[in-house]
Amino acid sequence: MATIEARGLSLTYRTEDGPVHALSDVSLTVASGEFVSLIGPSGCGKTTLLRVIADLEKPTGGTVRVNGVTPEEARLRRDYGYVFQAPALLPWRRIESNVTLPLEVMGVSRAERRARAQRQLEMVGLGGFGRKFPWQLSGGMQQRASIARALAFDPALLLMDEPFGALDEIVRDHLNEQLLALWARTQKTVVFVTHSIPEAVFLSTRIVVMSPRPGRITDVVPCDLGPQRPLEIRETPEFLRIAQRVREGLRAGHSYEV
Amino acid sequence: MRFRETALPVLVVAAALAVLWYLAAIALNWQVVANTLARSGQHFGTWDILAGTLGYNRPLLPAPHQILDELWRSTVPLPVTSRRSLVLHGWITLEAALVGFGLGVAAGVLAAVAIVHIRALERSLMPWIIASQAIPVLALAPIVIVALGTLGLEGLLPKALIAAYLCFFPVAIAMTKGLNAPDLLARDLMRTYSASRAQVFWKLRVPSSLPFLFAGLKIAAAGAVVGAIVAELPTGAQAGLGARLLSGSYYGQTLQIWAALLAAAMLSATLVGLLAATERLVNRRMGVRA
Repeated sequence: MATIEARGLSLTYRTEDGPVHALSDVSLTVASGEFVSLIGPSGCGKTTLLRVIADLEKPTGGTVRVNGVTPEEARLRRDYGYVFQAPALLPWRRIESNVTLPLEVMGVSRAERRARAQRQLEMVGLGGFGRKFPWQLSGGMQQRASIARALAFDPALLLMDEPFGALDEIVRDHLNEQLLALWARTQKTVVFVTHSIPEAVFLSTRIVVMSPRPGRITDVVPCDLGPQRPLEIRETPEFLRIAQRVREGLRAGHSYEV
Repeated sequence: MRFRETALPVLVVAAALAVLWYLAAIALNWQVVANTLARSGQHFGTWDILAGTLGYNRPLLPAPHQILDELWRSTVPLPVTSRRSLVLHGWITLEAALVGFGLGVAAGVLAAVAIVHIRALERSLMPWIIASQAIPVLALAPIVIVALGTLGLEGLLPKALIAAYLCFFPVAIAMTKGLNAPDLLARDLMRTYSASRAQVFWKLRVPSSLPFLFAGLKIAAAGAVVGAIVAELPTGAQAGLGARLLSGSYYGQTLQIWAALLAAAMLSATLVGLLAATERLVNRRMGVRA
């Protein structure tokens, strides 16, 4: 059953320099339990597509259904766990109350909130850090806290917008492994925006390659490396073959013309 | 360590100011004292003039120790009910300032909340708020006091209204900015939770606004004292620090004026200090980096 079904999506911004086609005729189906990456250079509309799915942006054409309803209905029934590029933790709340923020909004009881925050923080390896304030944590830990926050209310969909883009490579590798384990455990449907080819290949079951001006899909690459993916898998021929195809897809989209 | 970082710089500046003040007092009072001594017909030298400039009872500029002495004599030995007690007059002013502060802050916060929630108000209300501050309080106070007086309103309330008028503006401006402080990211986050407007307000906007609010409150506190004093001037100075300032200038009692001024400054400083202490407590609770 399709979790996300986008048909002929387009989104055009009116600006003073004329219209900008952020999305042009984008069609995409994501099945339940999939891990789909959107990859492409800046301006290819990958973040816009994610925001349209999450009802943070309204498309100017086409339709999206999320679990059979419109994005707005899905948002109102709290289907989305959204992780932004920045952790976006509220600086005046301790880590645990940042994680309980969505639960407070959704009216979960205090005891239940605390139990769930503890569980989620342990799942992302921040068990002992609940009483810290955000600034007391490193960037990688803050982003893990924001993932715990997104998972706290057990959303149907996890939408991640370059969550590790601002982190160094060592931290990023580590978090990629953790995210994979998390995904295997929770069986969530994930849509993941990135501009890193190795990251996309390492994490995904399918990679959607996009190109800019106008933002469109140029290739969809299946990525069937199986559920067990140690970091070393990145040296295997299979991995490199998929990475190569993604790279070609990006090049075919004239994405590196300057 | 702590002393060197906090108290020492303040004390150095205070000492420098005191020195300058003494020099200014000598220079400004010199002629008056010399004339007075000359009229007395006694024999006098430079040292007599010098001593006179720092001990004259109606100086142009009193020396710091004279002001402190006057401050002491008009507070400690007097019963607080005495007409000459600065404690009495200070309390009368403080009362009006505090009521006005409460009214002004409440109005400012309400205006900010309305502006943030009703887009049209930002354009329709903001110009009026700014225009209101273009009217000098010195011009406005007598009109308001006299007008309210003819309606039978006297004493505390009219003074509080003038104080409130000065408090309203900084609080409204700071609070509007503070409530709008949360970035797009945080608002998007709340949107993905489909949080209600009230939840966004209490969980996001209000906590973000607190640093701005405290900045506004401190300006307002100082303004409240000024407003209350200014409002005491037009009614012929019955009571309050404003009354002491006015009667002091009627009768050339510079010592009385300066003592009242110092009392007013101490009131303001105390209010601002209390607010700063509250802010530190709030900051600690909100995990602000020391």
